[in-house]
Amino acid sequence: MKPVVPQQDTDPAALAASLKDLVTRILEEAKRQGATAVEVAAGDSSGLLVSVRKGELETVEFTNDRGFGITVYVGVRKGNASTSDAGPDAIRDTVRAALNIARYTEEDPCNGLADAALMAQHIPNLDLHHPWDVDVPGATDRAAETEAAGFAYDDRIVNSEGARVATARGCQVYGNSHGFLEAAWGTRHSTSCLMIAGDANGMQPEDWYTVSRDPADLEDHVEVGREAARRAVGRLGCRPVQTGTYPVLFAAPVAAGLISHLLAAIGGRALYRRESYLLDSLGRQAATQAITLREEPHRPKGLASAGYDGDGVATRAKTFIDEGVVASYVLDSYSARRLGMTTTANAGGYFNLDVVAETRPVLELMRDMGTGLLVTSLMGQGVNLVTGDYSRGAGGVWIADGEPRHPVDEVTIAANLDDVYKGIVGCGDDVDRRGNIQTGSLLVREMTVAN
Amino acid sequence: MTSTSVIVSARQALWDPDEIGEPEVTGLLGRLSAKDIDTGELFFQLLRHEAWGLEDGKVKSGAYSVDRGVGVRAISGEKTGFAYADSIALPALREATEAARSIARTGYGSGAGALTGTAATVRYADVDPITSAPEDAKVALLHRIDGFARGLDPRVSEVVVRVALDCEINLVVSTDGLMSGDARPMARFDVMVLAEQDGRRERGVSGGGGRFDTAWLFDTDAAEEYAREAVRIALVNLDAVDAPAGAMPVVLGPGWPGVLLHEAVGHGLEGDFNRKGTSAFSGRMGEVVASELCTVIDDATLADRRGSLSVDDEGTPGQRTTLIENGVLVGYMQDKHNARLMGAESTGNGRRQSYAHLPMPRMTNTFLAPGESEPDEIIASVDKGVYAVSFGGGQVDITSGKFVFSATEAYLIEGGQVGPAIRGATLIGNGPEVMQRVSMVGDDFKLDGGVGICGKDGQTIPVGVGQPTLKIDEITVGGTGAALA
Repeated sequence: MKPVVPQQDTDPAALAASLKDLVTRILEEAKRQGATAVEVAAGDSSGLLVSVRKGELETVEFTNDRGFGITVYVGVRKGNASTSDAGPDAIRDTVRAALNIARYTEEDPCNGLADAALMAQHIPNLDLHHPWDVDVPGATDRAAETEAAGFAYDDRIVNSEGARVATARGCQVYGNSHGFLEAAWGTRHSTSCLMIAGDANGMQPEDWYTVSRDPADLEDHVEVGREAARRAVGRLGCRPVQTGTYPVLFAAPVAAGLISHLLAAIGGRALYRRESYLLDSLGRQAATQAITLREEPHRPKGLASAGYDGDGVATRAKTFIDEGVVASYVLDSYSARRLGMTTTANAGGYFNLDVVAETRPVLELMRDMGTGLLVTSLMGQGVNLVTGDYSRGAGGVWIADGEPRHPVDEVTIAANLDDVYKGIVGCGDDVDRRGNIQTGSLLVREMTVAN
Repeated sequence: MTSTSVIVSARQALWDPDEIGEPEVTGLLGRLSAKDIDTGELFFQLLRHEAWGLEDGKVKSGAYSVDRGVGVRAISGEKTGFAYADSIALPALREATEAARSIARTGYGSGAGALTGTAATVRYADVDPITSAPEDAKVALLHRIDGFARGLDPRVSEVVVRVALDCEINLVVSTDGLMSGDARPMARFDVMVLAEQDGRRERGVSGGGGRFDTAWLFDTDAAEEYAREAVRIALVNLDAVDAPAGAMPVVLGPGWPGVLLHEAVGHGLEGDFNRKGTSAFSGRMGEVVASELCTVIDDATLADRRGSLSVDDEGTPGQRTTLIENGVLVGYMQDKHNARLMGAESTGNGRRQSYAHLPMPRMTNTFLAPGESEPDEIIASVDKGVYAVSFGGGQVDITSGKFVFSATEAYLIEGGQVGPAIRGATLIGNGPEVMQRVSMVGDDFKLDGGVGICGKDGQTIPVGVGQPTLKIDEITVGGTGAALA
């Protein structure tokens, strides 16, 4: 039997046209059943995931996801329904279910579509569609080479959770009763690897990955395997440290997570529910003057690029935090109305967030910090946005007199987020470009490290 | 209900709408068979979900969803081929079957003969939580709890109430001709409150549920109790002081703090990690891995619990498996694939998030058996330490054994007495080490209220935990305050 990758070769324009047709039929059915306004999101994605462990093919997985979700409004009452089935009966039943919900929910004047005048008019070409013609044998070889490079890196690599190669393409269509109907399609490819280093004191796992819209932009997969191994071996020989307050340097991949809490705290939902320590913070200092957070939704090939948000509103470049001051909240049209403001075109989140700062080589940041902790991994959910209390498990490297000394494991780092963001004293030039938030390493003046 | 009648009604719900019958299904199993395919299966599933949410004093949101599809898996040695379809129509089933069997290097095998139903004890009632109460009753319930919570204390400033109801029907048929089915209800109720005082705001969260319909919310005062608990936690935290930092004795309360067992030992005893030798517990069967006071059990057979299963997602009946007995490692949790490769039997722990996900060895209800100490005596034995009674969640690194869990309600212990509340703090330790330091185990065993969600490899499933009060002689507490002198 030849390996099949369902729909990998589908013409995206044809797929978009068929999804637009589906969304049009759902919009019409909703109006027919009595909705006064309606919005529909439909998607179709497919992909291939191949994993190899210890040189042998472990899993071949064909992904294939379809479905639609509908929000109906009857005046200012609202109902949601969704299904994976796009047949005529399912359309009728799903619309009926959404309208039934709307019969029992209560009036909320903030409900409804975003204002018609805000709908995106000209959707930029974001260059997001770059199919990868890799087949199962090709993906298997690539994963095997990735893992083999990890094993070959060092004798102390004792085991592996394997390497994975994944490719996916998807199309999403959003339409509403303002007459807005647009399709966005794109591809996403990745190679990842998790290697395990071991010695008499036990095992330490570490992973690494590369991800991009265009297969040509993926990092050399052999380097992915080596980097996972390098990081795992670097975790051997952990030693305890003295509990106390120290400078903490967040390595770029975990620094992105740290910044995500700041964006959540100025997010519309947290604000109108009063579940944020940054209530009424517009125009106030929320971080060090040295930091600016800028959104670039139209970046070509960007992993989070979008021409319009989940409400159909045109996205645009903007600054959320300007030299430490809150310049804009992160709002969709509902949360904006709740707060008496205008949407910032962030229904569904933010789209490519850059930490803009004067950057320096990471070695220089280490010299500046003197003695403290370089954090390379974080664990747990100990982030309380209501109070800003932050306490998480951490692992990393102990820095003494500006030099890396030994790995550190099983410690916690804790502080209040307000002090953390205001206490950022340096940003590295090692920007991690793999995520929605792109930042270099961030040096925080002081946190409690417990061991 | 018997397991036979569950299978009959599952076939009706899953096959009849697309006019699929036993001949079509055995035909697909035949196409899934090959000389070098050890086993294969089709997992049919219909999942209906409904949720209602109240905030700001109004029921503003409601959602309903239906997901129906099939997952097809073929296994050849250590290799797995997997595909799924969001339709149970025959062409989609054929396409998924061909894709899953593409790992085979040989032609079609003989396939299955007639299908035989698997017998299993049914662990929960065949009820539909979604239709068990009319919409207006659910909406009225949310309002009742909103008013109740606000009436408890003037400092309550925001209340969010949510009810989420699921009804799952599944059917598993495998190339060995076995067929099993399950009808799984799930109900869950959550209350979140915000309390404000002198400009300070704190959150309190409580909730519960299980494999039953909504009757417990209407016929008892359970929902009021969740609200009372959420308000109590928020008010306690309004007065919380900074948590201490460093290694110290910690007493965990009964019930939900059993998330300790889930993270510190549970994941590390799942079959896949042990087959691959990537768990901190790998190769330690028969060894002492915890203090002799510790007996840890995974039990899918408890009636109506959130993690309970009549049959797992591979058709194996749910079981009670002792993992650690008086400190000695005696059992792993297995699915069929890992059990076969390790020369063991499945323990009924093969679980998956949905038809679009591969089964893996997962926990069901995991708990520490009761001991003999009085809870008061355990607290009195600590001069300076922490008493933690509620947690937000945890995470574990299975390979190194390190784990965290974050307290949402905790107190200082001073001179054997429970002292002031402390701000939320993360606790971190190494599973095998921390379990050796369990020095007292209480007689007040309790299961959690039914809110556990477990994530592994991107798949989330409902689970239960439980434990009595217990004392850990030393674990790192991640506060911002001074170390306890």
